[in-house]
Amino acid sequence: MSLILDVDHVGKTFVQGGLLSRREVEAVRDVSFSLDAERPEILSVVGESGSGKSTLAAMVLGRLVPTRGRILFEGGDVAAIRSRAGRRAFMARVQPVLQNPFEAFNPLKRVDRYLFATAANFVVGGGRTRAAIEERVDRALVEVGLTLAEVRGRFPHELSGGQLQRTAIARALIPEPRLLVADEPVSMVDASLRMAIVNLFGALRDRLGLSIIYITHDLATAYYISDRILIMRKGEVVERGAARAVLDNPQHPYSIALKQAVLTPDFG
Amino acid sequence: MFTIVRDLIRYNIEFAVGLFILLLLIAAVVLSFFSPYPAADIYVVPPDLPPDAEFWLGTTSRGQDTFWQLMIGLRNTLGFGVGVAFLSRILSLVVGLTAGYAGGRTDRVLMAINDSVMVIPQFPILVLFYFVLKDDMNWLMLVLILSALGWAYDARLIRSIAMSLRTRPFTTQSVYSGMSMRKILVEEHLPYVMPVVFATTMNNMIWSIGMEITLSVLGFTDVDTPTMGQMIYWANSHSALISGIWWWVAAPVGAIVILFIGLFLLSMSMNEYIDPRSRLNRMGV
Amino acid sequence: MPTAVLQTPPAPAAAEPVLVVDRLRAYYRTHAFGLDRDIRAVDDISLTVAPGEVYGIAGESSSGKTTLIKTIVGAIRPPLAVVGGSVRFRFGGEIRDIYALTPAELQTIRWRHLSCILQGSMNVLNPVRQIRHSFQDFAFPHMGLKPAAFWQAVRAHLARLDLDPAVLDSYPHQLSGGMRQRTTIALATVCTPEFIVADEPTTALDVIVQRDVLTMLRDIQRRLGSSFLFVTHDMSVHATVSDRVGIVYAGRLVEEAETPTLFRGALHPYTQHLVASLPRIGDTTRRASLPGRPPSLADPPSGCRFHPRCPLAMDVCREKVPALVEAAPRHRVACFAVSGAPS
Ligand SMILES: Nc1ncnc2c1ncn2[C@@H]1O[C@H](COP(=O)(O)OP(=O)(O)OP(=O)(O)O)[C@@H](O)[C@H]1O
Ligand SMILES: Nc1ncnc2c1ncn2[C@@H]1O[C@H](COP(=O)(O)OP(=O)(O)OP(=O)(O)O)[C@@H](O)[C@H]1O
Ligand code: SF4
Ligand SMILES: [Mg+2]
Ligand SMILES: [Mg+2]
Repeated sequence: MSLILDVDHVGKTFVQGGLLSRREVEAVRDVSFSLDAERPEILSVVGESGSGKSTLAAMVLGRLVPTRGRILFEGGDVAAIRSRAGRRAFMARVQPVLQNPFEAFNPLKRVDRYLFATAANFVVGGGRTRAAIEERVDRALVEVGLTLAEVRGRFPHELSGGQLQRTAIARALIPEPRLLVADEPVSMVDASLRMAIVNLFGALRDRLGLSIIYITHDLATAYYISDRILIMRKGEVVERGAARAVLDNPQHPYSIALKQAVLTPDFG
Repeated sequence: MFTIVRDLIRYNIEFAVGLFILLLLIAAVVLSFFSPYPAADIYVVPPDLPPDAEFWLGTTSRGQDTFWQLMIGLRNTLGFGVGVAFLSRILSLVVGLTAGYAGGRTDRVLMAINDSVMVIPQFPILVLFYFVLKDDMNWLMLVLILSALGWAYDARLIRSIAMSLRTRPFTTQSVYSGMSMRKILVEEHLPYVMPVVFATTMNNMIWSIGMEITLSVLGFTDVDTPTMGQMIYWANSHSALISGIWWWVAAPVGAIVILFIGLFLLSMSMNEYIDPRSRLNRMGV
Repeated sequence: MPTAVLQTPPAPAAAEPVLVVDRLRAYYRTHAFGLDRDIRAVDDISLTVAPGEVYGIAGESSSGKTTLIKTIVGAIRPPLAVVGGSVRFRFGGEIRDIYALTPAELQTIRWRHLSCILQGSMNVLNPVRQIRHSFQDFAFPHMGLKPAAFWQAVRAHLARLDLDPAVLDSYPHQLSGGMRQRTTIALATVCTPEFIVADEPTTALDVIVQRDVLTMLRDIQRRLGSSFLFVTHDMSVHATVSDRVGIVYAGRLVEEAETPTLFRGALHPYTQHLVASLPRIGDTTRRASLPGRPPSLADPPSGCRFHPRCPLAMDVCREKVPALVEAAPRHRVACFAVSGAPS
């Protein structure tokens, strides 16, 4: 069995405050999980605000170095990738979708620059002509329900939250990565589109064999789409397992509280 | 950019006055090119004449027209300030942005250099340079030396902004779009530090011009390029005040005061412009 | 049933409305390469909000919800332009036409009477300064308190939002997304306003905090008897908080009803789809998303803007615009399949 991702007893401690009010925050403590290369899956990570989900995602993406433990991607230690070529090869295989679409693009720049840069930097072969790049960008945009014509030349504040998030997902798809780390990718979009994006994740998993780490607050979509789930609290995984089994019948008191706090659209 | 300037003129009296003074100075610089006498020539006009219709600011004991000396001096002094500001801004941008973005070892090394430059006693170093270089100590040399001394404080400021820019999600987006560090720094981060760069430019000019004047008055610079400091130096060495040639001293001193007020007003209004409070107001929050 | 906790009886319909929006139109007018383009993000919307009422606005992404909110609170900056219609608030018996106010008056009103939590407003927090400066800058001048009392009020308010007062000494990037959003809400509500406008205020929050924040917002709203205009695309949040919900599609209000009616007996095909597409724990049946794409607001479909995606579309839908008419008491719908095609 080969692992695409192996997170091995990982922890991260931040130091906050100045010299006088120095305070340590243990954002992630001793988290382990792995993703199997043969069985692409969607792994949901849910948990309270500040429980370290984004920190965990940043470590998987190689943006933060774990204080303890190791993260192996396709057998290699993510923190040990130093060379530029190595980083680039890694980024072509692991791509992020960020939390807040309003912050995910530089407000002073047009959004299409990120799409074109990604296509120009990562898509190898097939010619890097302007036309090929545009074609690739447009194809990715169409996959998320947009077109290049709609996005071209626009600044972030000229697009709605949902449009921005779909653009961000399209950008992440351009290098055809193995692993997508999506940090609350649907929190800004409406139910219908949310289902479209979540269904898109399912299709990417089934069609392209893409593994997806899906960080979310929305337990209903986690239930709907994911194969496994991790429930985090204060940096620790408090419960894990098959998504539906865990959410149908949560064991840990926090998981139970979480499920109870879900707002339902039902009256009665 | 144009709308910013227009709004600043309309709503910010300091900016308007500062801009007016700046325009006057620029006019002086332009005018200096039409000087009827070469700057270094002496005894081209009768010496020691008080201001009158022909010699608006009188003449000096060296037989030079004070008005034209002043125009040329202003040009050199301003050019000096701009030169130092320009070079030292580039240094502080490169160091600040790189240190803030790269972090880790790069940051520590750059900041060690930065802090050493910051604590060097500037004046003794400059005097030392003068004694070592002697005749090679010209206008351009002084620009280079002051630039090398004047970037450190602002580099730290830029670094702190760069550090927070690094944590912004759009930086992650750029990194995963495969952009190089240079591209991220120049195209994504630079626009955010430009306001700070503009604001510190004014302070830097006040500092470097002040430095140059002090050195000149004490005679620690090349005496052949006329600047504000040079004028005072020559006036002093001819005991102008004692012999009643007050205009020779008053002209450069007045010009310096006006120049400093202008720069100070501009820097103040720039500060108000980059202040988060007014920035948020403009964003309509 | 946890939902019941947050429900209050709907405000009496007879009371004078606090907010009257009348035939409001606001377009983004952009000129690019000599080409003028209008994005009709708010097109002919009329609605009223009663005192003490929570009016919810729902609709898909880029349907113009945020634009509607911006237009209502007068946060209009080019290229956004109000093309027609009016927005009138009633504060302390006095009618205030938002578009007739000077910028200074508007600023005062925004802090005294109105409180706006705008979408993506976490960006309000300056990334290079500690949070306390934001409180000092925005709230202090408007609270009329001595510094000690002010900070005490701030701390108490933060505690109500389940925030550690230590956030005051943090920089924005040191807080998690949720904490930042709660801090922004704390900042916007610390002055206890009469009319709260919130655009997606809980979207980045976890379910437990979301519940707490909604409870807190409702709490402020009830204590002060303030009215509340609440935008979110999340229908479950509307089910929990809103007394009345208006559904926006492509810049138009297409249906408006009291919340239970809307969830149990929606009449507009779009609303019906919206309610049916909601995922639920314990239910894994495949949810289809709407076919087609959200219409372009620069060139919206003729007639009923929903017709290219509507399963019930008729010929008349392509030609005529259905008016928003009362189909039942306090239930307005804009659809020919409901109101009957005009002759
Ligand atoms: N750069 C940093 N410096 C110091 N502390 C940090 C930093 N980044 C995160 N933290 C702290 O680490 C903890 C976990 O934050 P994280 O952003 O991972 O939470 P999260 O689970 O993603 O929350 P949310 O659901 O609100 O996005 C929080 O207590 C946060 O304050
Ligand atoms: N400054 C702008 N210039 C041009 N077009 C704009 C601008 N701001 C928004 N738009 C456009 O107006 C339309 C409505 O956007 P708005 O932000 O109001 O949508 P929304 O309903 O709030 O969506 P979301 O739920 O995704 O936030 C979108 O098509 C958007 O692209
Ligand atoms: S008016 Fe016609 S197209 Fe529009 S929603 Fe009703 S039936 Fe559908
Ligand atoms: Mg997070
Ligand atoms: Mg919006």
